[in-house]
Formats: sequence, structure tokens, C-alpha cells
Amino acid sequence: MNYSDTAHPTGPSASPGGAAAAVLAFHEATKVYPGRRTPAVSNLTLEVPAGEICVLIGPSGSGKTTAMQMVNRLISMTSGDVTIDERSIRDLDETELRRGIGYVFQQIGLFPHMTTEDNIGTVPRLLGWPKERIRARAKELLELVGLDPDDDLRRYPAEFSGGQRQRIGVARAMAADQPLMLMDEPFGAVDPIARDRLQDDFLRLHKEVPKTVVFVTHDIDEAIKMGHRIAILRDGELVQFDTPDNILAEPANDFVADFVGADRGLKRLNVWRLGDLELGPPPDDPAGPTATEETSLRDALSLMLVEGKERIVVVDEEGRPTGTVALDSITRLIGPDEKAVAR
Amino acid sequence: MLAGAPAAPIAQQGPVIPHFERASDCIRENGQFCFSWFVDNFDRVFVPRLVEHIWLTGLAVGIGFVIAFTAALVAHSLDWFETPFAILAAFLYTIPSLAFFQLLVPITGLTVTSAEIALVSYTILILFRNTLTGLRGVPEDARLAARAMGLTKGQILRRVELPLALPAIMAGVRIATVTTISLATVAAFIGVGGLGQPIFNAIQSGFKTQFVAAGLLAVALALVADALLVLLQRMLAPWMRARRA
Repeated sequence: MNYSDTAHPTGPSASPGGAAAAVLAFHEATKVYPGRRTPAVSNLTLEVPAGEICVLIGPSGSGKTTAMQMVNRLISMTSGDVTIDERSIRDLDETELRRGIGYVFQQIGLFPHMTTEDNIGTVPRLLGWPKERIRARAKELLELVGLDPDDDLRRYPAEFSGGQRQRIGVARAMAADQPLMLMDEPFGAVDPIARDRLQDDFLRLHKEVPKTVVFVTHDIDEAIKMGHRIAILRDGELVQFDTPDNILAEPANDFVADFVGADRGLKRLNVWRLGDLELGPPPDDPAGPTATEETSLRDALSLMLVEGKERIVVVDEEGRPTGTVALDSITRLIGPDEKAVAR
Repeated sequence: MLAGAPAAPIAQQGPVIPHFERASDCIRENGQFCFSWFVDNFDRVFVPRLVEHIWLTGLAVGIGFVIAFTAALVAHSLDWFETPFAILAAFLYTIPSLAFFQLLVPITGLTVTSAEIALVSYTILILFRNTLTGLRGVPEDARLAARAMGLTKGQILRRVELPLALPAIMAGVRIATVTTISLATVAAFIGVGGLGQPIFNAIQSGFKTQFVAAGLLAVALALVADALLVLLQRMLAPWMRARRA
């Protein structure tokens, strides 16, 4: 991997995507802390395809942060290997490896003595980018994370709210077009409303700039929302690694079923949108509750219960009915024969 | 002072018996503070002493800073170094100043070197402590972020730790400077000049105006130096004043 200037000949005017996403793979990665008998992470093997968000989740002490920090060698592996695009991280110089991996964590760690521009420009400066290019990149990223690219550039971290700081933290982790990003409970310290917005904005951002992301959280709802795949860890062992829907539908064992919660059926409804279902024909009589294809099944179900109806009319952006969804198609989805319903 | 006054050269040496010349009533009665005499004699009596005083202080704080700063950097990476160095610095700090100057005279003589050895010794404890406290006070999350982004140890020190330690370091420099300005008056005891010289002379001669004027000048110098250091700190650490609007 070479993240130096020459890797980006097109400069900041190129698409914000820039460098491609990387394939990240753990190969029996193990970490035993000195003086401990049981490993913190034990023979972890999993692969994150390029451009996907992989959530590591588990109770505290399950080894999720340890596993993540092995990737940029903040924690050194005891045995096994981690590869990025099939190159072992052991073969790379530590600083070079880290400059190629974005890192976001709960406490953010913005440098209080640096302006937004200098904070975002930290890694580009290490890579020797010219000043104008760093500024252009910082402005571009600020816009991407929803901050003011002019005013906010010269401010210091103390002048921002917690949510805004975390946005700057995300921008900083993307500054050099790193193909891989590690996020350690990134939205854990902000209030629920700001967290929800940060999550939505990050997902939108990720669609525009599909980096490979390892995302650590202990919040199962966040995991379901953010992850393309979820890896559930317990006492350093990988218990289940699958899509949110499959984990909710078929928990590997009682521990996972417990962990995802007794309401896993309802949680699954959050994963699905009305547009994911086979729609019935548009009704002749469009009366009753309406929703768009983007509405989650959970919200749709709630609407039906509130309105006392057994059917919901799906409308397009102009409000024209395009189909219907019946209550029993939702109940069938979370029941045992769900596969028949999904489109 | 009138031109060609015959006693001028003697007065510059610091007269044992004050030479009042064609003095005002205030001077003849040896008043607490004769402003017109102070103004008339400022250039001749005080300016050279003021310059010497600034020089003594600047040199002491400068050398003291280099020593203490280096020691703090060493202690920052080698934990065992802190305690012995702190004990040494505290020991030097507790030596009574007059005794310290006197002790040095047989070794380094009645020289600026003697004065500086003592003055430098007094700055080290405060500068060492403050620099180390500043470095240790750097938020752990900033350090982790720097490490995770691939900064080397040296880059973390230069770009993150030292800038963030700057307010504490500057606080130490301010205290050391003000203390040294005050202590340097005692250095006149071994004849190296400074604002202590007119004070010692006035103690011997009983000339109150000279005594008060030199004392006030030392206080003024301390205040001005402190204000300049505050300005310097604001220039070096503009982020300290940034707050959420």
C-alpha cells in the first residue's frame, strides 16, 4: 500500500471517494495480554468485503475493541494475522500502516490547539500534501459531513458541540482517502437525537464514499442500523457473523438470542422497508394510512395498529398510490416462513 | 543635574555620603521620594542598573529554561529521572539567597557567573515542575488520536504534547521571571550591578529617594515583564481563548 501523494494524482477535485475500499481479513488473530491465561481475542477469523460496514459487538470484555485495535497495531497480535488487501499488516511500517487507516473513537481526540483545518489536515500534512490541497480537501470534507466549509474551517474544537466535533473527527479520519476506517463506539458520547442524526448522516456519507469500515459498539440497535454484517463476540470468541437480518431471524445460540433481545422480531422490522416487500395492487379506494417505500416495516406496523387498519397504502413521492401492504404479509415475514414473502 | 558638576564621577560609584548638589528642599530634608530628583537622575543612576538587571534576569531565566526543559523532556520519557532531579532542584531552591551568593564567591569570585549560578538554580524547580506537569496534562485522547494517525513519538511531542503543554510552561516562565527579577536585587551583594546596587547604596547612605525609586523600578520591571509574557502566551496559544459561541 502506498498512501503517498502520488497515489492520488487527481487531487482534491476528484470524487470524494478517491482511493478504493480495501478488503480486510482476520486470520486466526489472537491476543493474549501478558499475565492473563485466557486470550482477549481468540482465533478470530472473518473477512470484511471492500466497502462494507462490519460491526463488532459484544458485552464489555468480549474483545471487540481489542480486535479492532489489532488492525492498526495499537495492540500487537500474539498470533495469527490481519491482512488488508491480502497484505499482512506485519509487513508494513507501523506509522505508514496507521496513516492509511482512518480512526474514530468515542472521545474523538481532536487536537484542542489546532483549527478544524489543521485537525483534518493532520495525516495529509504527514504525507506531504501541499497547503492548498489540504485546505481544499478540508473544505470538501466539512461540506460532506454537514459543517460550514468556510466559517468552521478556522474554529477551534472548543467552539463546537459534541456532535459537531464527532463530525470533524469523521472528516479527519477520511482526510487522506484512507480505504479503511476503524470506528470505536464513535457516537457513544452524544445525546440520542444527535446520535440518530450522526448515524443517518454517516450512512448517507458511506453510500457516497464506500470505505471499508470496522465499527465497534455495544448497542445492538446501532449495530443493526449501521452494519452490513455483524460479528458478535463473547469472551474473545466469534459467536456469529452474519447480516443483521439473519442474526435476528436465526440467532446461532441462546447467547445471541439473549443479546439481540426478546423483541428481535420487532427489531427485524426495522431492517426491512416497505419497498422490500411484494406489494399488492394499488387499491381502488385509496383511503386509510399511507407510507412510502422507504418506510420501515416497524413504522408501517405501528401506523396500522394506531389507525386500526389491516392494510397500508404505499404511495410514491407525489402521493400517488403504487400498491398496498397487508398486515398479514408483515406477520408472515417475522414468522417461520418468511422467505416466501421477501421479494 | 547641572553640567560640569564636580562630584558626578563619585556619585556614579555610589557615594557613602550622598552628594546633594544644588538640591531641592525635598532632597536636603531626605524626603521619602523626591520625584524631580528621580526624573533628573533617571538616565545616569537608574538606566544602566535597569539594563544590567534585565540582562541578569534574562540570562538566568534563559539558561534555567534550557536546563529545566531538557530535564523535563528526559523525565517525560524516563520515569525514574523525575524524583532525583526534583529533589536536586528543590534542594537548590531552599538555599537562602544571600548564603548562596556568599558561598559561590570563593569558587567563582565576585562575578556575574556567581550571580547567574545562584539565579539559574532558583528558576529550575518551578520551570521543571511546570513543564513536566504540562506534558503530563496533555489529554490522553489527543495522544491516542495522534498515535492512531501514525505520528511518530517525536512528531507527537512537537506537534501535540508541547503545544498543549505551552500554557503550563508559560505559567512557569512567568513565575520564574518575576521571582528572578526580585532575587536579582540581592545579587548586587556580590557587586554585579542591577537595581540592587542603588538599593544597597541607599541602605548605607540613608538616601530614601534612591532606595524607594530602585525598589519601585524593580516592581515595575516585574509587572512589565509579566505583561509581556502574557502577550507572548496569547500569541503562541490563541486556542486557549476559543470557546463555544
